[in-house]
Amino acid sequence: MTGNRPVDEGRRGFLMSSVAVAATLLAPGVTLYAMGGDAAAAATAPASAKVRWGLLIDAAQCKDGCAACIDACSSAHGWQSAGHPETDAQWVRKITATDPKTGAGFSAPVMCQHCANAPCVDVCPTGASFKRADGIVLVDRHICIGCRYCMMACPYKARSFVHEPVADQKPDAPRGKGTVEGCTLCASRIDAGGVPHCVEACKTAGHGAILFGDLNDPSSDIVKRIATYRSTRIRADLGCDAAVYYTNI
Amino acid sequence: MIRGARIALLLALLIASQITLAVGEESKLVPHPPKGRGEQCVAATDFMRRNHMNLMKHQRDETVREGVRGKAFSLTGCVDCHAVNGADAKPVSYADSRHFCRSCHDYAAVSIDCFQCHASRPGSEKPHAAQGVGSTALAAVAAYFQGAANDRK
Amino acid sequence: MAKIAYQKLTDHSSFFWGLLGFHLLVIAAGLGAALYMEHHGHVVTGMSNQIVWGAPHVFAVFLIVAASGALNVASFSSVFNKLAYKPYARLSGVLAIALLMGGLAILVLDLGRPDRLIVAMTIYNFRSIFAWNIYLYVGFIAVVGLYLYVMMDRRVSRSETPTRIVGGFAFFWRFALTTGTGSIFGFLIARDAYSSAIMAVLFIAASFLYGLAFTVLVLLTMSRETRHELISEDMLGKFRGLFILFALAVLYITAVFHLTKLYAPDYREVETFLLRDGGIYTLAFWVGQIGIGLLLPLAILVFRGSGRHAWHAVAIAAPLFLIGGVAQMYFTIIGGQAYPLRLFPGMQVSSSFHDGVIAQYWPSLPEVLLGVSGVSLAMLLTGVALKVLPFLPRPASV
Ligand code: HEC
Ligand code: HEC
Ligand code: HEC
Repeated sequence: MTGNRPVDEGRRGFLMSSVAVAATLLAPGVTLYAMGGDAAAAATAPASAKVRWGLLIDAAQCKDGCAACIDACSSAHGWQSAGHPETDAQWVRKITATDPKTGAGFSAPVMCQHCANAPCVDVCPTGASFKRADGIVLVDRHICIGCRYCMMACPYKARSFVHEPVADQKPDAPRGKGTVEGCTLCASRIDAGGVPHCVEACKTAGHGAILFGDLNDPSSDIVKRIATYRSTRIRADLGCDAAVYYTNI
Repeated sequence: MIRGARIALLLALLIASQITLAVGEESKLVPHPPKGRGEQCVAATDFMRRNHMNLMKHQRDETVREGVRGKAFSLTGCVDCHAVNGADAKPVSYADSRHFCRSCHDYAAVSIDCFQCHASRPGSEKPHAAQGVGSTALAAVAAYFQGAANDRK
Repeated sequence: MAKIAYQKLTDHSSFFWGLLGFHLLVIAAGLGAALYMEHHGHVVTGMSNQIVWGAPHVFAVFLIVAASGALNVASFSSVFNKLAYKPYARLSGVLAIALLMGGLAILVLDLGRPDRLIVAMTIYNFRSIFAWNIYLYVGFIAVVGLYLYVMMDRRVSRSETPTRIVGGFAFFWRFALTTGTGSIFGFLIARDAYSSAIMAVLFIAASFLYGLAFTVLVLLTMSRETRHELISEDMLGKFRGLFILFALAVLYITAVFHLTKLYAPDYREVETFLLRDGGIYTLAFWVGQIGIGLLLPLAILVFRGSGRHAWHAVAIAAPLFLIGGVAQMYFTIIGGQAYPLRLFPGMQVSSSFHDGVIAQYWPSLPEVLLGVSGVSLAMLLTGVALKVLPFLPRPASV
């Protein structure tokens, strides 16, 4: 149990022994109650190491002036601007790039690239920055101490530090002052079998520029696409092995 | 040890309160957590009183680090079932001393930071259905805590 | 060699109390600043999502680097058997611990969640250089503490062997510590300004210089308190020589560091920014670190450092080196972050998240107070330690 906060020894001893007693004395099925009829959903299985979730972003389909993916992400996770552009969190932003020599360019959303060799995970002193079995890179905000070393290490500027107290969070998206946060690839939706908000919003907006899928599954759309069309990853030279692929950049 | 003693004292008082309540005199000496929605909590009430922090902590790691969702000891679940309405008939937030999670904590001088990040009121969306837990899940919880207790020896 | 006699500070001048009082005030202000930052969040500092480490880190890293260097004098005496340095060995150990504690206090209070310090102390990710550093720091305090013990305990210190063994170990440890601190930056492949193994070497050279500057400064100040020169003329000459040597080493490694970077086309852009177009950072480098922090004190020591000027030359050079040290850290830490990350090398980029623009940073009062209070904490701890135990040599034995 990585995240277990150490508790005062005496108290813990007390708690542990009482838990052990309660759990042994009561036969299975007695202590925990099944809830009423509306509780149909079963507990989801843990993230599996067999899959590796990734995105394929087609910059040619990403339309100028459209911010559907960003708006969807921000309203779902509640990281709206507090009026301080320098310190406001941005889990995803659209970068416009132009070649100064030729004038040609593109624009595309950039978020956490969910690297296989994630520098943020390596540098985090407490292990709060971690990679789930299915490749999603997250911050466990229960043990994040807010040292911001991961932000120093990330080549993609994918993370934000929460500089101000937050109020009225969404029940599904806790976030608070003093910890580091970033794109979660909508892990909770993925666990429930869904797709990330940005992917859905882009599709709804009629662009379909972001494709989501399992990079380990040869029959998935995303793998077929990257096998057919040449794609790149941002700063592939750094060897982070990102899970977000781009075409037409 | 002091904290252990504090829980013991609080529990004793709680039990005492049930007795006094049964006799019909409301005691002002003990906390009176508002009753949750439905008939029962996600586990036996006295078990919950004593162990809710560990149960939630365990579930927290399971959910955040492993991606297991929809289990019984979800904080969102507690907040949904244990919402307490204020004068405006809307659930009060943790800033209000009537909030369920403050009913005992204020009394026992426990402070928790959970609601700096977590919403302390149910969302407008469909409340999270707390999930029935079968005997295998319980066995796992029991094994987990026993393991943790044995580790200490 | 005659047995060295030591003293504690006993009868105090108002100067001493004044100093202690001053440091206490600064520490109180620093704590207030930390509470203020903790309450409102880092939005009240100059830090942002671009400059994630600000003034507190400048002071913290500076103090930590100086801490390992402060141990040098002790190492000279026990590891390299230079007996002339022996009277200062105790002070050097105390100072090393105090400086490290000052630096760590800043680091902890600048965390987003200082209340979770216990997490940092109990859960480790062993791939993190930061986590290694936590061990290195705590270990350093323990090793130096033990070192002080074997030097000072009447029975243990009768034999030379324990001092040499523990001293050697402490010497090794201090190298590991500075390497670790330097590597916090050196291993950051993402940042063009860092990402070099020479970073650790540079930090080690700098640590020699700043640590010695602190040691000499404390000795000079305490000479006033004990009303006797704690540094003999002979020693003054030795310190002067060391200063010149260390300062030249820092200059040399700094030059190599930037030249190798300039040579690689990939890094030329960031180097041009830092060394030529970087405004305040360029100033911090050329004027602060190189000019005021290295060349000026070098000139003073070389040209006016002997004979009757020696005392003054050293007394002026030591604080100048320290100012240069803060400038170096400012240049390295803040300047390195100000230059934007290159997600698409060779392309001109823009976004709502300050991609492709030089980050602006201006430290706010609270964060400067927090940083400075770390220095004061180190000095206060030293002052109190000198009062409690006999760490200072008696003038007759110097
Ligand atoms: C399905 C709705 C439901 C959910 C979900 C739920 N509870 Fe309860 N809880 C109740 C009810 C109903 C009671 C009162 C039971 C009784 O009176 O015996 C209760 C009682 C309690 C008590 C004892 C209060 C007292 O009177 O001393 C605690 C503590 C508690 N719950 C904590 C939690 C925590 C923590 C969670 C989340 C892990 C949670 N509950 C989730 C319905 C729920
Ligand atoms: C710094 C912010 C922060 C704090 C403080 C915090 N959490 Fe969380 N918590 C999160 C985030 C973020 C998640 C992940 C939500 C997700 O993945 O859906 C989470 C998820 C959880 C979950 C699993 C999801 C659920 O609703 O069941 C539990 C349980 C939980 N936290 C319990 C706690 C408890 C108990 C505390 C207080 C001791 C606490 N948290 C304090 C940010 C925080
Ligand atoms: C029946 C009274 C009661 C209720 C209701 C209650 N708690 Fe507690 N809780 C306690 C006591 C007593 C402690 C102190 C245990 C200790 O000191 O170790 C505690 C401790 C905790 C802790 C651990 C604190 C720490 O410092 O480690 C958490 C987390 C927690 N409660 C969360 C909750 C949440 C969330 C709710 C609301 C869903 C809640 N509690 C409702 C009695 C209660």
